[in-house]
Amino acid sequence: MFDVAVIGAGVIGAFVARELSRYDLKIAIIEKGSDVSGGASRANSGIVHAGFDAAEGSLKAKFNLLGNIKMPQVCKELGVKYEKNGSLVITDSEEGVEGLVKLLRRGKENGVEELYLLTGEEVKKIEPNITDSVVAALYAKTGGIVCPYGLTIAAVGNAMDNGAELYTDFSVESVKDNGDGWELIDENGKCIRAKYVINCAGAGSQKIANLFGDFSFKIGARKGEYMLLDNCSNGFVKSTIFTLPTKAGKGILVSPTVDKNVLIGPTSIEQEDFNKDVRIPAFDEIKEKASAMCKNIPYQNTITSFAGVRAYSDRGDFIIEESKVKNLFNASGIESPGLTSAPAIGEYVAKFVAEKFNAREKNNFNPNRRPHDYFKSLSIEEKNALIKERPEYGKIICRCEEVTLGEIIDAMRQNPKAKTVDGIKLRTRAGMGRCQSGFCQPQVLETIMKEYSLDYGEVLKGGKNSNIIIGGKR
Amino acid sequence: MTKDLVIIGGGPAGIAAAISAYDNGIKDVLVIEREEKPGGVLKQCIHNGFGLTRFGENLTGPEYADRFISEAKKRNIEILTDTFVLNISPEKEVLITNKEGIKSISAKAIILAMGCRERSKGALNIAGARPSGIFSAGTAQKYVNINGVMPGKRVVILGSGDIGLIMARRMTLEGAKVLCVAELMPFSSGLKRNIVQCLNDYDIPLFLSHTIVKIEGKDRVTGVVIGEVDKDRKVIPGTEKHYDCDTILFSVGLIPENELSTRLGVKIDAKTKGAFVDNYRETSVEGVFACGNTLHVHDLVDFVSEEAELAGKSAADYILNGKREREYIECFTGDNVTYVLPQKIDKNSLGEQKIYFRVRSVIDNCFVKVTMGTKEKKIKKLIVAPGEMESVKIKTEDLVDASHIKISIEKGE
Repeated sequence: MFDVAVIGAGVIGAFVARELSRYDLKIAIIEKGSDVSGGASRANSGIVHAGFDAAEGSLKAKFNLLGNIKMPQVCKELGVKYEKNGSLVITDSEEGVEGLVKLLRRGKENGVEELYLLTGEEVKKIEPNITDSVVAALYAKTGGIVCPYGLTIAAVGNAMDNGAELYTDFSVESVKDNGDGWELIDENGKCIRAKYVINCAGAGSQKIANLFGDFSFKIGARKGEYMLLDNCSNGFVKSTIFTLPTKAGKGILVSPTVDKNVLIGPTSIEQEDFNKDVRIPAFDEIKEKASAMCKNIPYQNTITSFAGVRAYSDRGDFIIEESKVKNLFNASGIESPGLTSAPAIGEYVAKFVAEKFNAREKNNFNPNRRPHDYFKSLSIEEKNALIKERPEYGKIICRCEEVTLGEIIDAMRQNPKAKTVDGIKLRTRAGMGRCQSGFCQPQVLETIMKEYSLDYGEVLKGGKNSNIIIGGKR
Repeated sequence: MTKDLVIIGGGPAGIAAAISAYDNGIKDVLVIEREEKPGGVLKQCIHNGFGLTRFGENLTGPEYADRFISEAKKRNIEILTDTFVLNISPEKEVLITNKEGIKSISAKAIILAMGCRERSKGALNIAGARPSGIFSAGTAQKYVNINGVMPGKRVVILGSGDIGLIMARRMTLEGAKVLCVAELMPFSSGLKRNIVQCLNDYDIPLFLSHTIVKIEGKDRVTGVVIGEVDKDRKVIPGTEKHYDCDTILFSVGLIPENELSTRLGVKIDAKTKGAFVDNYRETSVEGVFACGNTLHVHDLVDFVSEEAELAGKSAADYILNGKREREYIECFTGDNVTYVLPQKIDKNSLGEQKIYFRVRSVIDNCFVKVTMGTKEKKIKKLIVAPGEMESVKIKTEDLVDASHIKISIEKGE
């Protein structure tokens, strides 16, 4: 029996679990997917928002600011790439300038520092590829970028290193109050017991709440589609470029990523379900909007496109509160600025729940995790010393991103262990380069087979039925 | 460590270049190959059709490769396998990594023979999610021919380049159902013999001027929608056709590998996506030569070997005799020609020079016009196509008064 079960291993569940693992509590992280970070946490813009966008006094505003301030330290501890590259909200009209002034005021109200208004000329100096028709911009120096799935994986890993247990392929289908706490039962009848449950299930959080008899909120789906450019386009923009937000959301952005790609998107498409299909018109829509923001975008360097789905609540704000149903806490509807807010939400929720248990803080909590790219940061001498002990570090598997066999094996041995081709991709970047795994996939597959004693046909790309080789032996 | 000659890549180009350099006086050669065995992509090309020109024989890929590998072994040429080149500095320091560690090799000359990679589906802006079951044709070929497993059972192929055509046949022979091959252009970019031997012979339909509009499936591909395109390559509404399938192969173009070349400072021709070279295959960096698919994507490995031998000979000459004086004239693309290689020729070269080129579209009853200053040479052609690399031979005597060479295609007699 666990003290706390966190349902959902997206970035929110990851940080709730990580912060909880500071305390003397038995924690279970329950994830319906085969791997962590499978929902919106995997496919979003990776922005650490400055905090001028959220409505004053909202939970979004509060947690955005706190998260923004915490993020550099958190990323250092968890060994995740983070860059404070700045955000630029641009406009090409005089009316737009009024909108920028509103954002500036709201930002100041929300406690955001280092906010400036720039003239069109000043913007062009910082960003040579900005549209010629730019008239003014809001420059937020505290805006940054982070790898969203890298952060989620690292937070889960750190939670596990500090004692939390991860259960993947566990979709909670029914719950039972057994007097002591909750029984969480999956489709196969497997059961996890916990005294207290924290609902961080993102897209599934309404379904989860309903299972407990909590019908206090509704979750809607809004898809965002992206295009990603090859890292040879690195430097096209330095800051994250936004346009003025509308009712549908923050709009398209053009941004560098921490891995030196250029990310363009997202669209904003209301949906009935949480499908991640990039729609046929998405590409033209993205290009049209982005081309109004920057000139000469090198679309010919596109290496992939993908979609993520925002889970928004009908409250218009984050839902971060104890349920009326006992021993249940909802951290739900965490759309943008959810990623930024995650470390702060995690801290808040963990403190809240720990107090309920009167739990003490552990004295051996280790906030640090070995960076996923630590091998790349070593000098040649250090690498050679490591290769002597572990020759796998000398063999390159992914040539586009220069990922070694040693790093791939590490990804299958470091918490949370990768078990799929996508799992290795998210942790090491093998397959994310310009050939998009054309060269390395067979080798990655064989590495997984060897580690887990699997047959070719058993290796998954990502989800449960995503076997890569389905035609058997030839 | 220092070597006279370091060759990047132990595929057909690299091995042939090594043998040629050796036979031209350079014994201190090192070939660096990233895979466990040399031979490059030929290892997985188990079909035949190789060596018809070179040997007058009809060999499989591995057999062709082995002709050269055994010659290299006879000469005790060192081939360092399972080794990856991380970087080449402009001073010709080659940084390599393998299970022994990371080390640097100084070279007097370098031959770039890295081959090419496949364009991925991601570059095509196709709608859908990211299920498993999507492969580039070459990766699927590796699974089938090297790993011995079948990626799927019901297959749709996009792209009628040679790899797509070969895989249509390959998958069929191993029991898969290949539903169709869709090709964006109004013509196939593969060899004519492959259309016949891989599609027609197996009743696999080829849909020209078609593309994939959407991929269906969440965890695994479940289907595909293809549509006809107009002359601007935009999908014509109402032409969509749906196929239930579990596997999609993409054979949508080969791109010369030149990350190392670019970092080294080698100038790259946007038309070939490979290095600018002279007729000796020397790049813009002194002592750095290039050959094979890293220079321009070939159709026939026989000509890769020929080109590699030229590069090997030139590299040997450079190491033994240093930089030579050259008097260059440039080669230009004229009407209907997309690229010419080499891009410049030394007027003082000895013997005949071969210029390779590719045409922009399928043109029948035409002639190749080679303009060399005031001189003109016309070669009649029944048909030319983008998928079949062409060449012309010119005598360097004809270049004496020429300031440039231009190759174009014109209709008629």
